[in-house]
Amino acid sequence: MGAVTGASGTRRRPAARQPVSRILRVTGPLVEMEYSGGIAMYDLVSIGPAGLPGEVVAISGDVVTVQAYEYTGGLAPGQTALPRGHPLSVRLGPELLGGIFDGLLRPLSGAGDWLLPGTQRAAAEERTWSFSPLVAQDEQVTEGQTLGEIRGAGPVPVKVLVPPGCRGAVEEIAVAGDHPREAVVAVVDGTEVTAGTRWPVRRPRPVRERVDSHEALNTGQRVIDLLFPVARGSTVAVPGGFGTGKTVLLQQIAKWCDADVIVYVGCGERGNEMADVITELSELRDPRTGGRLADRTVTIANTSNMPMMAREASVHTGVTVAEYFRDMGLDVVVIADSTSRWAEALREFASRTGALPAEEGYPAGLASAIAAFYERAAAVTTLGGERGSVTVIGAVSPPGGDMTEPVTAHTERFVRCLWSLDRDLAYARHYPALSWAGSFSRDVPVLAAGHRAAGDPAWAGRRDRVGAVLAEADRLADLVELIGIAALPARERMSVLAGRLVREGVLQQSALSERDAYCGREKTAALTDAVLAVADRCRELVDSGVPAASVEEVDFGPLLRAREDTGPHDIAGVAARRDAMLAGLGAVQP
Amino acid sequence: MNPSGSMSLSGAIEYTHVGELRGPLAIVEGVSGVGWDEYVRITLASGERRHGVVLDADRDRAVVQVLEGTAGMDPEGVRAAFTGSPLRVPVGTDWLGRVCNGRGEPLDGGPPVLGSHTAEVGGAPLNPVRREPPSEPVLTGVGAVDALTTLVRGQKLPVFSVAGLPHLELAAQIAAQATTAGEAFSVVFAGMGLTHADASFVRDALEARSVAGELVLLLNTADDPVIERILTPRIALTVAEHLAFTEARHVLVVMTDMTTYAEALREVSAARGEIPARRAYPGYLYSDLASLYERCGRLRDRPGSVTVLPVLTMPAGDITHPVPDLTGYITEGQIVLSAETHARGVYPPLDALSSLSRLMRKGAGPGRTRDDHLDVAAQLLAALARVRQVRDLADLVGQAALSPTDRRYLDFEEAFLWDFVDQRSDEPRALDASLERGWRALLTLPRSQLSMLPARLLDAHGAKGLDEPGHPGHPDDLDHLDGLDGLDGEASR
Repeated sequence: MGAVTGASGTRRRPAARQPVSRILRVTGPLVEMEYSGGIAMYDLVSIGPAGLPGEVVAISGDVVTVQAYEYTGGLAPGQTALPRGHPLSVRLGPELLGGIFDGLLRPLSGAGDWLLPGTQRAAAEERTWSFSPLVAQDEQVTEGQTLGEIRGAGPVPVKVLVPPGCRGAVEEIAVAGDHPREAVVAVVDGTEVTAGTRWPVRRPRPVRERVDSHEALNTGQRVIDLLFPVARGSTVAVPGGFGTGKTVLLQQIAKWCDADVIVYVGCGERGNEMADVITELSELRDPRTGGRLADRTVTIANTSNMPMMAREASVHTGVTVAEYFRDMGLDVVVIADSTSRWAEALREFASRTGALPAEEGYPAGLASAIAAFYERAAAVTTLGGERGSVTVIGAVSPPGGDMTEPVTAHTERFVRCLWSLDRDLAYARHYPALSWAGSFSRDVPVLAAGHRAAGDPAWAGRRDRVGAVLAEADRLADLVELIGIAALPARERMSVLAGRLVREGVLQQSALSERDAYCGREKTAALTDAVLAVADRCRELVDSGVPAASVEEVDFGPLLRAREDTGPHDIAGVAARRDAMLAGLGAVQP
Repeated sequence: MNPSGSMSLSGAIEYTHVGELRGPLAIVEGVSGVGWDEYVRITLASGERRHGVVLDADRDRAVVQVLEGTAGMDPEGVRAAFTGSPLRVPVGTDWLGRVCNGRGEPLDGGPPVLGSHTAEVGGAPLNPVRREPPSEPVLTGVGAVDALTTLVRGQKLPVFSVAGLPHLELAAQIAAQATTAGEAFSVVFAGMGLTHADASFVRDALEARSVAGELVLLLNTADDPVIERILTPRIALTVAEHLAFTEARHVLVVMTDMTTYAEALREVSAARGEIPARRAYPGYLYSDLASLYERCGRLRDRPGSVTVLPVLTMPAGDITHPVPDLTGYITEGQIVLSAETHARGVYPPLDALSSLSRLMRKGAGPGRTRDDHLDVAAQLLAALARVRQVRDLADLVGQAALSPTDRRYLDFEEAFLWDFVDQRSDEPRALDASLERGWRALLTLPRSQLSMLPARLLDAHGAKGLDEPGHPGHPDDLDHLDGLDGLDGEASR
């Protein structure tokens, strides 16, 4: 499998050159058919009477090899196949927001209880969209420029853009009003522009240029925003064995991060879990817009029992949808759970085609496939000159918790942030079970500059202090296990205490709690400062001769509960609890 | 068009030109219109009937995998009739009360199972949008399972075991006892690669349920064809889906042993010459297991549910082995059995700390089971985690040096194992009784240790402080412990 490269634009080859072809051989998802001319690599093919979608993966002599995206049971040699003359492409349009689709972006909402192979899954209803033009007739426009807007699709207006590679005078423009998605709303230099568009999923949508991002994606999760922040347009891998709370963490980010559009790709996920995500998203309110969270979300559900090759396509489909919204100048986050299942689909397919296996049966191209996927993330200046970004967050499920297996090992090299989930933390009910020793963020230096510019110059210093406190507490924890806490000098006992306060008062966060599930950026700073101030005061106390045991006996509950007792933006509440705590410590006597 | 073809009685064209026999494969030549994965009926010259599946439909050649193997097959005189579609089985309530082999043919002396409809055994994926999130329990009558890892309707919850542990007894007990609060309930039990002794044990244990017309029993024994094992769970799930979503029943599908199933899959994959992945299992093991486990669930606007309980033995007790590992990634939790608990003589030998039902929060507690259910379960598990620490400490410093509270934890473990977990394999235990036993075990601990339980409930159950007399539930009060002292040696006394 490889990315299709080539000129931008979706110009199709003439349809007349695609004669019907005959199937020669069927073995599982691999179908061989006659070469009848007019077929190119990675072109889409409709196979057999049911019209199963498939993709050309090899052309050798007069035989074309096609991989079917669905179950091919009953398909027989002699039946016909119809080359479609274009690569696997998806319909992009306003109907995506709030919708639920399969790996090939066919709507699931209108489909039946069971997904039968090849059945046409048309949209539930073909509705019309309220279009308002933003350019006048005869105006000169260039690629990526906004021709008009569609409102009512979601919390953000969906823009209709001049297609890549197209420029010139607006020859026709629709008047404001309701139009179906396939309606031509403008003609630019002889090219018809419809409300929706099509794009081949394996080809990145073009941009003017990639830019550096200094702006953090606020996730509302303290351990991430404080210690391992991610810039808009960056890449994150989240490795974790089963039972470490990976899916819960990703769902938290899908719900609360401050992106404009979320693309949630359930790639080989559990069906019941997917049903849960769908139900929850439709019930939750977006704290920023007041609308349903589902309305800013595009869900791609390809559960583990849905066709394997559609699973392979689903991550590309997800990124393509994200790029579509990015080109309107929006910040988009793609969450792929889990990329390991995608890699397994690659392996399954490679083994069926008889490709030589590399590590653990994965194809030799695994590393480059992973790299190419993550490279589609970027902060960009769009063709139309706007700023937009695609951030990719990919879960990794290492088999047997083995972090040296190929998918985890390769992914670590290509991403900018790693949020590594730890089984021991999960076992100790410390959620999110993000390991501070095993995670990294290479975005920290640029984001420190960004925070400084945004009026929070203390951010980097605060992060360093928390990191130091945690590292010192971890070092001492080993010692305490050997010799007991009582044998440590008083100052070091305060370091152990500081570690506990940071872990329980700042890093732990309850996804189930109404007030704690999301934490504003200022509250994260306030909580951290409060805990650090209390830890400093404790140290001053023992320095002034107070026995360490008396400090340890103080009830730190009010401070530790501040994260749950105050609202997500309640800085004053945190400060009040800090002051009360400090006052309480003042009463501790030597 | 085809000189070797002739019409058989069933209307399918029979082909007689078998060009090659190799391993389990028969290559039939001169065919036309034969589809991939099509089911094949093969008749030998002697009249013997065999069955096969098309692995490769290549122009006018069909590579057929013979389910019963090719032993004794002479290419001369073999007739292969292609059925025109992948394997379909009849579905309907006629299956209830029947005992069949792994291919669905009667073992009970009755007529072949017929149904008004047939369905493809491969099934089709449930539309995730049409799924209803699971929210009500299936009560198994096994106290520790119901109280700590509640099985929820529509869930897939595997039992992880090791060779030598009574997982088959547990599976049979759950199959015999499970209920759904009076709603129509059926069990489909699929045994794969069972020994004849195990197969007859299962038949005996489930006889009452079978007579009551609530059971479908499919038994593939260890000496049955390996490939048949790949069909057995699929037939079971196809029958179950129909009983659930068309006949409006809650259906529990017990599948044992999934490791044997995966080995059959590996054997077939090797015969097909596929490139092996981890531990020589085929690269598609994950997708294959998912295509079975994911057939559980509930549907919006349809009654009934399919709950799946696969049982698997971890080779050499290794939980990172591909079969338990991949299963763990697909299923919603796991029930783990422990050799250590088994050695102490406790049945079921549950490793409660490693066991988990991910959907329990949705299927147990207020409005579902009992208001205090989740709190009691959480407190029992928290206390067990502490027991583990105390045991480590006791190994280091000796029993005598433990604090009074820590010693109470050792008492708690005794009560937990012998009063709460231990149960006869033919004893259905109501959830209320199980939770009361849980309370009894918890009350061996001083009140200060029961922080997860609301004060109101603690008062109602008479929880006492560490120094208060009349502490209930102390092991000395549990008369059935007498005579068992030898078993746990110095563990607690």
